Amino acid sequence: MRLAVAFLLALFTLPAAAVIETYDFSSPELEVRYRQLSQELRCPKCQNQNIADSNAPISEDLRLLLYRQLEAGATDEEILEDMVRRYGEFVRYRPDFDRNTALLWLAPVLFLALGAGLAALVLRRARGDGAPALDSEEQARLEALLAARDREE
Amino acid sequence: MIPELGHFALILALCLAVTLAVVPLWGAWRRNLGAMALAPSLAVGVLVFCAIAFGCLATAFLQDDFSVRVVAANSNSLLPRVYKFSALWGNHEGSLLLWVTILAGWMAAVAAFSRQLPTVVLARVLAVMGIIAVGFLSFSLFTSNPFERLLPSTPADGNDLNPLLQDPGLIIHPPLLYMGYVGFSVAFAFAIAALLGGRLDAAWARWSRPWTNVAWAFLSAGIMLGSWWAYYELGWGGWWFWDPVENASFMPWLAGTALLHSLAVTEKRGLFKSWTVLLAIFAFSLSLLGTFLVRSGVLTSVHAFATDPARGLFILAFLAIVVGGSLGLYAMRAPTVTSRIRFAWLSRETLLLVNNLVFTVSTLTVLFGTLFPLVMDAFELGKYSVGPPYFNAVFVPLMALVMPVMGIGPLSRWKQDSAARWKRELLLPGLAAVACGLLLPLFGEGYNLWVALAVTLAAWLALGLARDLSNRVRAAPSLGRGLRRLPASYWGMQLAHLGFAACVIGAVAVSQYSIEHDLKMAPGDSETLAGYRFTFTELARVEGPNYLADEARFAVSRDGRPVARLAAQKRRYLASGSVMTEAAIDAGLFRDLYVAMGEPVGTSGAWAIRLHYKPMVRWLWLGALLMAIGGLTTVADRRYRRHRAAERAPAGEEAARGAPA
Amino acid sequence: MAPRLKLFIPLALFGVLALLLARGLQLDPKELPSALIDRPLPSFSLPALDGGETLTNAAVTGEVSLFNVWATWCITCRAEHAYLEKLADAGVPIYGINYKDDSAAARRWLAELGNPYRANIVDAEGTLGLDLGVYGAPETYLVDADGVVRYRHVGEVNDRIWENTLGPLFRELRGAGSGS
Repeated sequence: MRLAVAFLLALFTLPAAAVIETYDFSSPELEVRYRQLSQELRCPKCQNQNIADSNAPISEDLRLLLYRQLEAGATDEEILEDMVRRYGEFVRYRPDFDRNTALLWLAPVLFLALGAGLAALVLRRARGDGAPALDSEEQARLEALLAARDREE
Repeated sequence: MIPELGHFALILALCLAVTLAVVPLWGAWRRNLGAMALAPSLAVGVLVFCAIAFGCLATAFLQDDFSVRVVAANSNSLLPRVYKFSALWGNHEGSLLLWVTILAGWMAAVAAFSRQLPTVVLARVLAVMGIIAVGFLSFSLFTSNPFERLLPSTPADGNDLNPLLQDPGLIIHPPLLYMGYVGFSVAFAFAIAALLGGRLDAAWARWSRPWTNVAWAFLSAGIMLGSWWAYYELGWGGWWFWDPVENASFMPWLAGTALLHSLAVTEKRGLFKSWTVLLAIFAFSLSLLGTFLVRSGVLTSVHAFATDPARGLFILAFLAIVVGGSLGLYAMRAPTVTSRIRFAWLSRETLLLVNNLVFTVSTLTVLFGTLFPLVMDAFELGKYSVGPPYFNAVFVPLMALVMPVMGIGPLSRWKQDSAARWKRELLLPGLAAVACGLLLPLFGEGYNLWVALAVTLAAWLALGLARDLSNRVRAAPSLGRGLRRLPASYWGMQLAHLGFAACVIGAVAVSQYSIEHDLKMAPGDSETLAGYRFTFTELARVEGPNYLADEARFAVSRDGRPVARLAAQKRRYLASGSVMTEAAIDAGLFRDLYVAMGEPVGTSGAWAIRLHYKPMVRWLWLGALLMAIGGLTTVADRRYRRHRAAERAPAGEEAARGAPA
Repeated sequence: MAPRLKLFIPLALFGVLALLLARGLQLDPKELPSALIDRPLPSFSLPALDGGETLTNAAVTGEVSLFNVWATWCITCRAEHAYLEKLADAGVPIYGINYKDDSAAARRWLAELGNPYRANIVDAEGTLGLDLGVYGAPETYLVDADGVVRYRHVGEVNDRIWENTLGPLFRELRGAGSGS
């Protein structure tokens, strides 16, 4: 069944809206960085697309800017900072770790810690170290009930 | 005439839904058997009228009735028939009608397949689903009427369906997705019914499980189709973007996974009752939240429907009532008495507790990441974007955390197990898994540590399952007999877990090993990628039914032997003048080869060409498909058929009989 | 009572979420404020549209003014042009940034429709636009007398926009109102 599906798919050519830039990079590492950064930068005017996939004119300009900066030898951080300076934090899909976004990055850890704590509590109770303890009120009620039952017999 | 009929049918459906929401619930409160007994018929009635409305709208689309506003906005006389039909749900109003019709379908299914439920329970369950139906039917009728007419100024022809949607993907993806989303309303309804009745027990869990599993299976399939469709349709070779609308479907899936495992514990051991109920409410609330996010314009997304704050307010109010009401009910009626049931640190209960923990944390993480830009904006702290780099960074470790547990889970024993036993059973699979992790990545493009880790974990899962299977079959007189003795729910679990392992391998392999190259190519040029030689053989002009295309034909070979012939196209559609790229994909079980055309470069017949090598990408979707099949398989289990002939048991007896071990 | 109270936590959390979403309905996620607010206009040295002189920051700063990013390929710019003329007549200094456009076509356009601009900066490559954080036309920046960017409006400037947002801010920065 899967092979049949695969075969059918092999025959399909299907519509797409690809954006293909043919930059000549002076080294393969730059091309890799270009690909990665262009996927990390957001197109400022699109409905949630990165500049790699968007065919808006501004994305084209930003891709060219990215290419030039990479060829000029800027580091990833410098490039991102430069983009943020022009367009704001909005343009980064991977938020920087600062006072505002600390909560975002720490949230999973916090959730996990909280959850692990709750789970540990559940586990501890479930292990049942010895017989379940009764507080004094429950103890008194128990004794009253037992006494009542004894009287009935 | 037909749109008016549809409109009327929808109104009738609303009336019946209101009756369903009120009367059986009152009957359950007052123990009025007659009122309660109305529930199944009312549910079927809602389905009938929703189906009529749906049929009327479909007819309007198929007959090119452009006096109906949604038809004029989304269809065209030249559109192929099948897309005219599926254009029905390619817009806000129509998809809402689909939503409510599917809900009605689930209601009728619950009414039909629940002979063994006590009348009180069935009445409450259907009534709760009725309340949800009232909400959506009102939303449709009062703010998003699909039957709105453009008379007297009927346009001569429609605007046409977005070309990106003129694709088989549109035909199956939304219906499957909605089957999943909406299906969680059943588990939700059971949970609310249990809270209302004050009876939260193993029987409730047993009733809920098949419905939850089926909904989960559909949602898995729906998400998988969405991912696959994006891959071949959009041309960037990606398969998941953590877009808010994608997350809106993924969060119920994550919560649903936690739910279906938690239900197992509640059914088998009567434990985690409060948590399971909360998860049932949580999963469906996420479905409703998803509906809100997609249609209110609160978050930016490529997938969002045309937005309208007034509609958003309506959904939010509905959300507040349903979720707020159910959480309030939970707070007041959920059991507070700590369970006296014991289990040891090393036991299946613990492992499932860890599973619950990880999947709940994953859900919350995705939720927080999705809503973070909104939070920052609301507090005027600036405009932020949270995208794939963040989500991948936090989500992957969480899944890595749960996989070791998944390997032990199927083997583990309830209540009390021992480390010695685990070591005895799993030492060999463990070593084999590490071996796989060390050796298998060598077949890929260079050794990659992430892939090694993923392979180790996935192999650990698979081998653990194999070990458990062999244990269960060992005692039987023959292999065939042994396999046949295994219940369907066990097979479902095996398939689903295997599917998960396949998904993980696919996702990690394609992320780490895929190779992409954009370059200028002219006919005659060749480029080698991952050992495959792509030769641009010729550029041709092709005339399609409604487009003109430049076609770039490629011959792909490996080690001199021909592998595939691919023809990518750059189409100009005659009607709209829009230009679209058609990627050519050579699909394989272990790799995809992908060619797409960009723009012509210069005047010498050269084009910008994208070449992709995507290893193991199909495993992603095949894995998801396996999970869906697994989920559906569990429902075939004999225990769900046992009570078909039996009388409807009175409310107390089921619980008194206790749950099967 | 304590265990019962804990069960209200999910409800409380949902309440917070609902408030957040309600607030979200009032916000516009597509609205992107300029990253240059309260920062100086980027330094540039570009030719002027009429005459071949080179314009720099010094030439266009010194009073509270509007900088309008426009182009002949931008349909909305044509729509807002008449209102810009009205503002210019009322004494509002407007400088134009001809963004990624053909200068000859731009000159013809202005000749045909009128010229509300004190001067027009030819940004053929879009470099000034990139420095400003422009992502589409038309955009209008409000710059104060010291050359510091105070506000950016994306889209057409019309009566409503001027009355509600740009106008009051312009007058505030001016000190003495100039009216419109």
